[in-house]
Amino acid sequence: MAIIVQRPKLKWWEQLYLPALFIGMKVTLGHFIATLTGKKKVTMQYPEEKWDAHLPDHYRGAPALVTDEHGRERCVACQLCEFICPPRAITIKPEEIPSDDKWAKVEKRPRAFEIDMIRCIYCGLCEEVCPEQAIFLRKDYAITGTSRAEMVHDKERLYEIGGVRTGLVNKWNELK
Amino acid sequence: MDWHLIIAAAIKIVVFVFLVTLPLVAMSVWAERRVSAAIQDRVGPNRVGPFGLLQAVADGIKFLLKEDFTPAHVRKFYFWLAPALTMVPALLTCAVLPFGSRLFGEKMVIADLDVGPLYVFAIASLTVYGIVLAGWASNSKYPFLGGVRSTSQMISYEISLGLSIVPLVMIYGDLNLSRIVHEQAQNGWALLPLWGEGLSLKGFILAIPIFISFIIFTTSMFAETNRLPFDLPECETELVAGYHTEYSSMKFALFFLGEYAAMIIGSGLAVTLFFGGWSLPFGWLTPATLDAEVPWWHGMIHIGTFFAKVIAFILFFIVVRWTLPRFRYDQLMRLGWVFFFEIALANVVLTALLLWLL
Repeated sequence: MAIIVQRPKLKWWEQLYLPALFIGMKVTLGHFIATLTGKKKVTMQYPEEKWDAHLPDHYRGAPALVTDEHGRERCVACQLCEFICPPRAITIKPEEIPSDDKWAKVEKRPRAFEIDMIRCIYCGLCEEVCPEQAIFLRKDYAITGTSRAEMVHDKERLYEIGGVRTGLVNKWNELK
Repeated sequence: MDWHLIIAAAIKIVVFVFLVTLPLVAMSVWAERRVSAAIQDRVGPNRVGPFGLLQAVADGIKFLLKEDFTPAHVRKFYFWLAPALTMVPALLTCAVLPFGSRLFGEKMVIADLDVGPLYVFAIASLTVYGIVLAGWASNSKYPFLGGVRSTSQMISYEISLGLSIVPLVMIYGDLNLSRIVHEQAQNGWALLPLWGEGLSLKGFILAIPIFISFIIFTTSMFAETNRLPFDLPECETELVAGYHTEYSSMKFALFFLGEYAAMIIGSGLAVTLFFGGWSLPFGWLTPATLDAEVPWWHGMIHIGTFFAKVIAFILFFIVVRWTLPRFRYDQLMRLGWVFFFEIALANVVLTALLLWLL
């Protein structure tokens, strides 16, 4: 069945097209003046102004390793994060902690811990799976580099981003 | 002709065309982007230089450094000729626009022709050749269709453009733009007859046909310069980029800048014919006769007034572009041939009747 669309019947002055022009100009000039006088906050001038202060606590930025208040690197090289990482961005080479070390009872630590930030998808599964509370997603989001090699965060860089994190569960302290 | 005249003309050409109009073209591209951004609640280019004012320079350098690619299948001579043919006529029409009264005893117009508007229309028609040649020489279907379409649009609107200023010429009885402007300076602008002899019943009645002329002239100018709401030559969905699809780098930029140059000259002509050119409102600082000496600072104020009016008109062009949706092609042709052509003719008759009766 055909549907007959009833077109609105225009008045003679509406058919002149000019009134529509002025109504349209009123809208555009309204926006123009509002933007020009700064009444309308347009957008953030990104590199100068940043959203950093407003980032929520659960923000998922770059993953990083943390040390605790004793200066111990919390990672025990269990490699759970390496296995769960969906894009396989994490590479861990474990090593044994020598017996004369203060934390020898922890037994294992990463010799090398690399996160390829080109691959990382910031999903946060590594943080979720970590039994040692050693890896956290921090608020750094502008991870840039001029080469692929530069985009691979090594252990040193990861601890630099992560820093010291206090108030975590310290299960190794009791067995000292 | 002595050396003095040649040197004066050369200085006027260099300063008016190359030091003022061409930078104005670049600035209007910047203004277009900033104004459209403000209208759409965005920021627009603001990185290069203060307020992004040097954006045009950056774009120019980019266009010059890009590969100037000529496709193998084009007709090379005409392909190279076409961009020049769109840019050059637009700049040539600068010659007759009076951009000021007098400065240091020199008339502020490059060529004080007695056929000003005719010269403008004759030269501006050449722009069509640029588009025809671009569409044809590209030897490819979308540019060809775009070229055909924009040619027929420009030719159609040239008729109403020419006819629309006939009433004005009848009222002033003169085709010399300098004298038309001086007449308006003394007796009220064509659209604002509020002083001198314009402030009379005759002046007010004659403002009616002038207003009709103005609407037809401005609308046809939009169509002639291929600006929205009549930017039919370019259409991504139907024609890709229209007649300049095959062009790249500076050749493309010439088409792009030619459009803006035509817009500036169109604004200049509209200001000259309808808004009293370089004259200030209410006859302030108007020289007594056309050949009277004016102090240099009066001359400077007149030049500034002219460009202020032109810039205001360019802003009007820009705001209209970001306000109106485009016309469909048949609507465009209908508007040109069925309405504007007839209204312009009737307007000529109306003006003749009014001039005869009053």
